[in-house]
Amino acid sequence: MTGRFFDLTNGKASRRTILKGLAAGAGLAAAPGFVRYAQAQSSAPMRIGFQAHRTGIGAAYGRWYERTTAAAVKAINAAGGINGRPIEVVIEDDGTDAARGAEVVAKLATQHKVDIVYGTLFSNVVVGSAPTAGELKIPYYVVSEGYHVASGKLNRYVFQPGITDVRAQVTSVAPWIAANAGKKITMIFPDYAFGYDHRDYLPPALQKAGAEVVAKIAIPPTESSFTKYFPQIPSDTDAIYHVMVGPAVLTFVKELGDFYGSSGPKLFGFIDSLEAVDINSPGLEYLDGSHFWEGSPRYAQADDTEAQKAYRAAVDIDDNGAAVADAKDVSTAAHMFGCWETLYVIKKAMEDAGYKGPEDRAKLVEATEALTEFAEGPEHPQGKKVFNGKIHQCFGTQNISKLEGGKLKVVHKTAIEDGMYEPEADYTKQSL
Amino acid sequence: MTEASTARVYGLHAAVVAVLFALNFLLPDYHHGLFARILVLATFAMGYNLLFGYAGLLSLGHAMFFAAGLYGSGLAITYLGFGVPAAFIAGLVCGALLALVVGLLALRTSGVAFMIVTMMFAQALLLTIVYFNQWTGGDQGLVLQQASRIVTIGNASVDLTVPTVRYVAALVLFAVVLFATLAIVRSRFGRVLVAIRENEERTRMLGYDTFANKLAAIVLSGVFCAAAGAAYALLFGYVGSNFASVQYSILPLLWVLAGGAATTLGPLIGTLFIYYVTDIASSYTSAWLLIVGVALILLVLFAPKGILGAVRKRWIRWLP
Repeated sequence: MTGRFFDLTNGKASRRTILKGLAAGAGLAAAPGFVRYAQAQSSAPMRIGFQAHRTGIGAAYGRWYERTTAAAVKAINAAGGINGRPIEVVIEDDGTDAARGAEVVAKLATQHKVDIVYGTLFSNVVVGSAPTAGELKIPYYVVSEGYHVASGKLNRYVFQPGITDVRAQVTSVAPWIAANAGKKITMIFPDYAFGYDHRDYLPPALQKAGAEVVAKIAIPPTESSFTKYFPQIPSDTDAIYHVMVGPAVLTFVKELGDFYGSSGPKLFGFIDSLEAVDINSPGLEYLDGSHFWEGSPRYAQADDTEAQKAYRAAVDIDDNGAAVADAKDVSTAAHMFGCWETLYVIKKAMEDAGYKGPEDRAKLVEATEALTEFAEGPEHPQGKKVFNGKIHQCFGTQNISKLEGGKLKVVHKTAIEDGMYEPEADYTKQSL
Repeated sequence: MTEASTARVYGLHAAVVAVLFALNFLLPDYHHGLFARILVLATFAMGYNLLFGYAGLLSLGHAMFFAAGLYGSGLAITYLGFGVPAAFIAGLVCGALLALVVGLLALRTSGVAFMIVTMMFAQALLLTIVYFNQWTGGDQGLVLQQASRIVTIGNASVDLTVPTVRYVAALVLFAVVLFATLAIVRSRFGRVLVAIRENEERTRMLGYDTFANKLAAIVLSGVFCAAAGAAYALLFGYVGSNFASVQYSILPLLWVLAGGAATTLGPLIGTLFIYYVTDIASSYTSAWLLIVGVALILLVLFAPKGILGAVRKRWIRWLP
């Protein structure tokens, strides 16, 4: 998995030639390498660097992102790979840390010599790593759902083609919340990046739908008890919109239940809080009857498409969204489909670009930007997507599910258009 | 101190800088980039070492000084349109002011209380950064675009995103702080700091204003750490609140302890050691923290004074 430590044969010639002082000698030394590459590239694997959250707060997501990636690569390779070349995945752990993330991108690009970098979820890691990807001019396909890519704040080498962003998600579900949960909404969200996208984009979307946010309660990331925040919830609140990420969610729900007893406002939450958590865990009883956003449904649905069924079988999850081999190992089904779909987008873009090696990275960027639509099917089992090449972001359907009888049942699917917004950037104007 | 020993000490440090400069041409790409980061973070560790190693003040909040430089320069570029040199100076000023204020308050305590107070200030800064997330980007942070990281002097421009330029810039910062630290620890002021570390009461009894000397040490330490923070923002283009977290208060302590507290080159050795143990171990196992932990335990068992501390004790007694 790891490249050679202090591999002196792989560095840029420019710096060393200064010391060696013999340009011709350096050229000769480099020449055999080029010859080998030219011979090998027709059949050599396509190397995809996977920036994985194996440790740190994102580890539960990271575990399932790895499994989904392995399943997708197996399927792609079985069908002939990309441009006739098999995919080889090189994994490096970023510890879910922004600073380490940038180092991992550099390591994958310059030591492992991968063709592209892929797979990052946590937005702080994406934002921390993006400058390095841009400087190294290596395409960086993230599966993060943050609005950071579409906002235009990153650079031309960063894409999010396999999962929708939070702005689109909240914009899509707001009309349903206004029509079904109530007109006065209190938001409870984590006081860090993931929460900000909700804080910033839900209120205008609700207002457009005829509802309003009556209170925004930001919970600091260090908080472990929540009861003291609940008196801030206005008494005329119709529904609580909650987005809590991390292990504190169990305490949050339990304390919310203790606070309201058998009554209280309706609840609408983002499943992000409960990804990889058994929805029937003790303490979560208060969520029964409430609604959740899901990117892709955790539980098998009666109207699942053949593509969805095949995907679930490929990633080895059962009808309850847990690992087939271990019913207690609950997946991150609402997000991990993004890995599967992103890899197929990469495949399509590489084939469109006629990608042969790192010298074609600019072509790959342009080919990705030229994509417009991904049809629902085995490559995109979550559903059809529309891709905006200017903001490097895809748009798709969202699921609203009701928790009843210990299972999440999809009660509404939004339309792709529900989540679309006016682009605020155009990466294609940046130089390559 | 004889002239010969002075020449020997400065010669050694100049040789280390020369080797690091030569590595600019020799290192493969990945390690070249990693070394640039290590040089900046070793500068952070040198700032920490001045206070901890020489003055004997154990701070658990030095991330705040690194973050002051990081955000001082990053926010100045993002919102005030500062150029690179002005942004770097803004970072230094932020670090100096913060260190002065924190020093004036925290030095009213000592020992464990000093550790807790510095940690408290650092947490307060972290929560402030998160609270003003609409400007700071909170934990997600801010990206400094490549165009804003180009130094223009007359008709010439220096692009800090070019690997060689970045490496040399990091080395210049490292060398300046290394020689500044060396000059400080060999000066009368430096010896007073060591005296305070060894016996503050006796130093005071001898007529030294220990409060003023400790305050000066905190401000200098804060400025060095802020310089590292500002350089990190400008060279690597990312400003994030994780650099203000407790992790980045513990890391310089770890780097200094591993390399050898109260040795001028220890912070570099320690940062290199921890960085490479982490980097290599994480390539093989997700339990890399366990390997780092075992390495540290072995270090404590066999070299309790750190790598260079052990070298000084056993072989090269003149190491500063």
